[in-house]
Amino acid sequence: MTIVPVCPSPILQHETVQMAHGAGGRLSQTLMQRVFMPHLHNAFLDLLDDQAKLDLPAGRTAFTTDTYVVSPVFFPGGNIGELAVNGTVNDLSVGGATPIYLSAGFVLEEGFSLVELETIVKSMAEAARKAEVMIVTGDTKVVGKGQCDRIFINTSGIGIIREGVNLSCRNLQPGDTIILSGTVGDHGMAIMTSREGLSFQSRITSDCAALNAMIAAVLDVVPSVHAMRDPTRGGVAATLNELAVSSAVGIEINETAIPVKPDVRGACELLGIDPLHVANEGKLVLAVAGEYAGTVLDLLRSCEPGRDAVIIGSVVNDHPGMVVMRTAFGSRRIVDLPLGEQLPRIC
Amino acid sequence: MKYIDEYRNPQLARKLLDEIRRKTTRHWTIMEICGGQTHSILRNGIDQLLPDTIELVHGPGCPVCVTPLESIERALLIASRKDVIFTSFGDMLRVPGSSKDLFMVRSEGGDVRIVFSPLDALQIARDNLQKEVVFFAVGFETTAPANAMAVYQAAREGILNFSVIVSQVMVPPAMRAILSSPDNRVQGFLAAGHVCAIMGYAEYEPVARDFHVPIVPTGFEPVDLLAGILKTVELLEEGRAEVVNRYGRVVSREGNLVAQETIGKVFEVTDRQWRGIGLIPGSGLSLRADFSQYDAEKKFDVTHICTSESPLCMSGSVLQGILKPDDCPAFARECTPEHPLGATMVSSEGACAAYYNYHRNAYLL
Repeated sequence: MTIVPVCPSPILQHETVQMAHGAGGRLSQTLMQRVFMPHLHNAFLDLLDDQAKLDLPAGRTAFTTDTYVVSPVFFPGGNIGELAVNGTVNDLSVGGATPIYLSAGFVLEEGFSLVELETIVKSMAEAARKAEVMIVTGDTKVVGKGQCDRIFINTSGIGIIREGVNLSCRNLQPGDTIILSGTVGDHGMAIMTSREGLSFQSRITSDCAALNAMIAAVLDVVPSVHAMRDPTRGGVAATLNELAVSSAVGIEINETAIPVKPDVRGACELLGIDPLHVANEGKLVLAVAGEYAGTVLDLLRSCEPGRDAVIIGSVVNDHPGMVVMRTAFGSRRIVDLPLGEQLPRIC
Repeated sequence: MKYIDEYRNPQLARKLLDEIRRKTTRHWTIMEICGGQTHSILRNGIDQLLPDTIELVHGPGCPVCVTPLESIERALLIASRKDVIFTSFGDMLRVPGSSKDLFMVRSEGGDVRIVFSPLDALQIARDNLQKEVVFFAVGFETTAPANAMAVYQAAREGILNFSVIVSQVMVPPAMRAILSSPDNRVQGFLAAGHVCAIMGYAEYEPVARDFHVPIVPTGFEPVDLLAGILKTVELLEEGRAEVVNRYGRVVSREGNLVAQETIGKVFEVTDRQWRGIGLIPGSGLSLRADFSQYDAEKKFDVTHICTSESPLCMSGSVLQGILKPDDCPAFARECTPEHPLGATMVSSEGACAAYYNYHRNAYLL
């Protein structure tokens, strides 16, 4: 038996996040060098300054921020890291901006697995590479056990707005066509069915994806699109209501046109939840003058995240501020904002 | 999707609607019992497609809506305790008590958890032996078997840190109460399919006979509902006060005997208060004496309850089919899903919530 001499110096190799990882000392440096930098390093981050000094291309700047607190952190089809990159990329893109730079702020719970953290950082790097954006500045804080749920990530982003493009939720006009880039409810139901306490297995995967390439493909050809939104929390129903209210127009949609994957539909049926109220993370709702609808539809379908794109309705003069659905039976009903948390029914 | 798409088939629905129009010679008022049916009717706009002579009024079959305010106040008190994990179906969390709801209790630090089955609540009790785990056992005959099974299983395993607040109600006594009211307008019923799946439909035969009304066990999909309405119209037109099943793929005359036996082992029939309606004799279930140690209301001393209902809320009349939700002066004014005056505006099965979600400003549709 060999006796290995043990040196009584502080342990720098941990398996989990320690309070000291956020204290700015040697453990903080270790975390940077071993977990963050190998995956995220670039000309800006490598300088290790407190700020990134950026030269922005000409044009108006779009700036956005979002905080990601998803539970579970790893879900079918993605994790909190790629969600944080793609979400901010999409928030810039739907404003007609080309996303360029992102920041990333991490709040880590004491005891969170470093292996899992590295997996998350790695997928952020991969998502940023795919979306052709750079994470140029960042920050890490550690909070005590129970003070946050494993990991929260904030990302902010800067993009340059394309010339000749004016996308706004106030721009809808009667006669516009409403287009949806694919199936609804995939992300929300992937999360809900993978949460503890729901004892059924499903194959539903999140649609988490960056939409900037697809949006660029559309705007290159049809820069006159009136509005774009990514229907995240509150789902397509909330997005359409926001558009109708902001533009003071009515929106009419057709029930039979809304694409829902069979598994998502099944889970929604079981839980008594409307797929139109469920979050998406890789979908686009857009409004465009009717004459360009066919072109936009073809452009969306030529891109991977938009291959199931469909026309779901139109903008009308009637019932301003209200979204109305024509049902499969020819009757009409209001499509309302969801009230808050989606609650499964009793029976 | 099997068992869904064929019952949402627009061609089939149109055929049934044509048939209803052909068979109807006069005005008929039909009540659908279950809030799930109400929501399906409003969501699919079935009321808009029916001839004007067929009036649908909405029944009391919303468990959240009829759970008495006293039970909700007790639940709020128990859920606020530091030693308690309070478990409930999600739908109950937003139901207002006199001054708050379970969501507010949670935001104040109460451990309130949504479960999908009472057996999940029992599992939480097994996993948290140092805590008291309480389940809010609300519902009609549909939820009674699983709620009974949770208590039965707890007793079998000797799990002592589990208890239930029971607010179980039953449909046939409520139908009798509605039909006995001097204000009653209901001439025929669509019975609640899922209640009948448990209890069968034989127990509706005396109601049909005593009050001379046709009763048709009916499902929840548009084609189911239209088939149920058609059969009710046929029976009304022919003057036949019979029970005819139109949910054959789920409901039998005897129902689910194993489930009924489980209910009988754990629960006994009792008088019960219905929120907005009042006391209906023999309309509820309570724990049998053998299981009284699982009664959360006895376990925790929460007997002195003061409650106050909004004087504007007319949910009692709505639940009995006397008023439609939008007949209420407070509807979509003082009373909205954000600021509900009564439970019918909150629940996913509540008639007022259905009107608000799908039909408010109906003149615009």
